[in-house]
Amino acid sequence: MTLPERYPSTGLEPFGEFDVEARRKDFPILSRRVHGKPLVYLDNAATTQKPLQVVDCLQDYYLQSNANVHRGTHALSEQATQSYEQARDRIQTFINARYREEIIFVRGTTEAINLVAQSFARPRLEPGDEILISAMEHHSNIVPWQIVCAQTGARLRVIPINAAGEIELEAYPALLGPRTRLLALTQVSNALGSINPVREMIELAHERAIPVLIDGAQAVPHLPVDLQQLNADFYAFSGHKLYGPTGIGVLYGKRELLEAMEPYQGGGDMIIRVSFAKTEYNELPYRFEAGTPHIAGVIGLAAAINYLDGIGLRVVARHEQALLTYATEALSAVNGVRLIGTARHKAGILSFVMQGVHPHDISTILDQAGIAIRAGHHCAMPVMDFFGVPATARASLALYNTFDDIDKLVTALHEVQRLFR
Amino acid sequence: MNQEHMNQDDRDQDIRDQELRELYQEVIIDHGRRPRNFRRVEGASHCQEGFNPLCGDRLKLYLRLAPGEEAVIQDVAFLGEGCAISIASASLMTECLKGKTRSEAETLFQGFHQLVTVGGDSVHLGKLRVLAGVRAFPSRIKCATLAWHALQGALSGGELTQGVGERNQGETGPGTQGWVSTE
Repeated sequence: MTLPERYPSTGLEPFGEFDVEARRKDFPILSRRVHGKPLVYLDNAATTQKPLQVVDCLQDYYLQSNANVHRGTHALSEQATQSYEQARDRIQTFINARYREEIIFVRGTTEAINLVAQSFARPRLEPGDEILISAMEHHSNIVPWQIVCAQTGARLRVIPINAAGEIELEAYPALLGPRTRLLALTQVSNALGSINPVREMIELAHERAIPVLIDGAQAVPHLPVDLQQLNADFYAFSGHKLYGPTGIGVLYGKRELLEAMEPYQGGGDMIIRVSFAKTEYNELPYRFEAGTPHIAGVIGLAAAINYLDGIGLRVVARHEQALLTYATEALSAVNGVRLIGTARHKAGILSFVMQGVHPHDISTILDQAGIAIRAGHHCAMPVMDFFGVPATARASLALYNTFDDIDKLVTALHEVQRLFR
Repeated sequence: MNQEHMNQDDRDQDIRDQELRELYQEVIIDHGRRPRNFRRVEGASHCQEGFNPLCGDRLKLYLRLAPGEEAVIQDVAFLGEGCAISIASASLMTECLKGKTRSEAETLFQGFHQLVTVGGDSVHLGKLRVLAGVRAFPSRIKCATLAWHALQGALSGGELTQGVGERNQGETGPGTQGWVSTE
């Protein structure tokens, strides 16, 4: 297998300068100070900040049209239901899903993966069957499969990665065996930034009739995702890494697969008729949305997508790639800094370690300079083990980051070295 | 931005700089880089792993107590990996514990916990006081107390029936002999 080009150009994307200063005004939190210093927010892989367009939308919903959905026959409920279902349409077009009922609202990527593990995989797995993941997965794409393996006697197998933090594509085909029942793979690694060639990998799995789940949590904020082109069977992502609210996420599933699946949770909204003798489940997508959903979250997520699409993901990607290139050079030039994750295709994530200084100490000192990064294992302990480090420091980019942010990061890293000299 | 605001920011910055210098004093940097008693204890009578699942800091504490009720700690050492604060704290702790009885060790733990959470030293903590600066960094308190939680776990657990040097050599992490967590 070979790697695809990073961002195939359609020739249609809008060109021209991306006005980062104008966009920063959409995020009032970016103008606050931390410990007396202007905030430099570089923890976007953990969660992004929210633009006014999203915050206003949430406020409008609660101030003007808050009501439960799919229930009332009053005006507010009808408005809330309409906004909620329009948001589903918006997300359908955002990821180019074929049908609107393929969009299931969940709490986040983690819940989406657990849903597939329990409702799709569990009833279909026999002892000795295999689930295939990669060595760069987030815990949320490892542990749900370990649970389902323990429940069914299936085995977890792992595609290895190389020293740059790229999937070992040579090893991959042989791991798609006769007992492989599912491939669960991240599109972009949260700890390394690596972009995986998921389209090609899905194609190969499909040649052997193996369904594929893609963890898109770190991909959707950074690259255009077209599910009809990608052809993933399941795709999971979170709203809060996409400039939207926390507590809301999306599971995309192909209609024919979702239709054949058992419900994940029982409750209101997911039924047509209930008696003590028998319950008839509702149609898609409601069968998988038991209970009152996170209505404000769903509407806020649609607002976030409107915002992002208004700028254009290709424009965002180009800006972030320029920052990534700049930051990669700048960090590499700092004495004693080693980048962890140097894949050829990367999204805006820079994991690094510094000779003689633990990532937590780096993070504390950077925080004092107003710079927010993440230090730790990034919920990817197997990745840390692979690289032989207990933890890394991670700076992760968003559309509102600037070259000045990177300069401040580098200056603060020199300060760290001065303190630890 | 008005002058008053700038001054407030400057003051915030000054306070924070001072707090940072207090946190990363030379003693702490030194102990973090060259921890004392960083080894196993031959013929250890007690052993306990400490692990902070949030950040991955982990250490293994070894103790050798003389038999009997008022036994003193004859030797104490540790192995592990973590940030400067957790390693320095473990290192300083081992230096202070030698020759102490169980109850004296317990008193030190209480005193140290007070020092890094609410402040003040009511039990004559001596050089452990260099860690007082941790109090200004709530997210780092668990780093400073990790070794102490391991100590409590070690003392409340039973005596080992064989020298720990013989099993799980060099291993640290949950699942080898039971572990305590700062969570």
